[in-house]
Amino acid sequence: MRIQKHPILNFNRGEKITFKYNGSEIKAYKGETIAAALHAAGIKELKKSVKYKRPRGLFCAIGNCSSCLMTVNGEPNVKTCTTRVEEGMVVEEQDGKGDLSD
Amino acid sequence: MFIVGGGPAGLAAAIKAAEYGKKVIIVEKDFKLGGQLIKQTHRFFGSKEECAGTRGIEIAKKMQKKIKNSANIDVWREATVQGYYEDDVLTVSHENKFKKIKAGKIIIATGAAEKMLTFPNNDLPGIYGAGAVQTLMNIYGVVPGKRVLMIGSGNIGLIVSYQLLQAGVEVAGVIEAMPEIGGYLVHAAKIRRAGVPIYTGHTIKKAVGERCVQQAVICKLTQDWNQVAGSEKYIDVDTICLAVGLRPLIDLLLQAGCITTYIPELGGDIPPRDENLRTTNNKIYVAGDVAGIEEATAAILEGELAAISAVIEMGSKGDRIKGERQIIKNKLHDLRKGPVGAKIRAGLKKIRGIEHATKDRYSHIG
Repeated sequence: MRIQKHPILNFNRGEKITFKYNGSEIKAYKGETIAAALHAAGIKELKKSVKYKRPRGLFCAIGNCSSCLMTVNGEPNVKTCTTRVEEGMVVEEQDGKGDLSD
Repeated sequence: MFIVGGGPAGLAAAIKAAEYGKKVIIVEKDFKLGGQLIKQTHRFFGSKEECAGTRGIEIAKKMQKKIKNSANIDVWREATVQGYYEDDVLTVSHENKFKKIKAGKIIIATGAAEKMLTFPNNDLPGIYGAGAVQTLMNIYGVVPGKRVLMIGSGNIGLIVSYQLLQAGVEVAGVIEAMPEIGGYLVHAAKIRRAGVPIYTGHTIKKAVGERCVQQAVICKLTQDWNQVAGSEKYIDVDTICLAVGLRPLIDLLLQAGCITTYIPELGGDIPPRDENLRTTNNKIYVAGDVAGIEEATAAILEGELAAISAVIEMGSKGDRIKGERQIIKNKLHDLRKGPVGAKIRAGLKKIRGIEHATKDRYSHIG
């Protein structure tokens, strides 16, 4: 959910864009991170733990903890908390550790 | 000069070194400069002249502007230092390239990471570090959930609770394991006035939820930190925010062979250094939270001190630079005066100087 009114901050949101998350279209603003855009759309579950497949979400939001890794435009293990969303980007939940073979 | 980390300490160091004519590269992992400052909407306490009364976001803007206007400073954003090698070469991944750097002096200002708390289901989506909640709310204008339980009543826990209220999020309560509130009472009073209960002597027993947090179970603690059976309370929340302290991000220092020592008052393992912030690796200086958890005003002063010390070490002579260094040291000393700085002073006292570092390191292992 997005904050509409704030006593101190003005959010100058960028241009509206659309990206794909697991096949469905999500609206976002240019300049925000993938994780922030997914949160705004109510999506908190970003990946599953490798061994026990437990759901994981955003934890640190500054690129330290690996809890938000996803596959972005085919590339696995992208830190969605520090990667900005782009028009037409394809974001998918990744299966396990991700394949880097090519 | 090579600076790792573009938070308050790193930026202050870069600005100061550039003032003295040094060429500086700052490496920052994020695409924004300013570190934690860019999400701090509260007004600062602390040193009289510089930052008191100003919001963190404003301080960050001023620093960003100085960096932008300096011809001596090169900023590498979205860049990560990958390693430190024996011949004092740093490797950095930046713009899809693997870069190698051999710097004259290196200032490591990597900051800190949030501490985790162990309890069942602590990995559920909906459980965040307090810094992440600030990032979501104050940078991107996105709320983490509808109803939050805050764990920890230190200044971060209290301030972020207030910021959640400002963003229109309900705060179900703040719990604190200690018998007393950890942070400044002025912050605690603000959230209490808004009707948020603060439960001292309480801990979180577990989080409940299938795919994300639905409830938190809290319980009372005895004076010996045991959970009191039958004291459980179920609180309906979709978000649990952890504000249980920070730990210095010393990984790069370890790789560079810097000795570290465990000082709980400073947040855990920290690098012993001399009064000019030089570590046991004489090419490397530290500043900010990586040197011990404090707050942004101290980080800025430490950044300046580390930069000036490195500039002197690189051959700058004269009374002016030495005089300025003394002024910064005095400001740091003043900042840490009084009851608020007691913990920091106790921690710093345990650092006996780098000549003792090896001995101190091993004396902490039982």
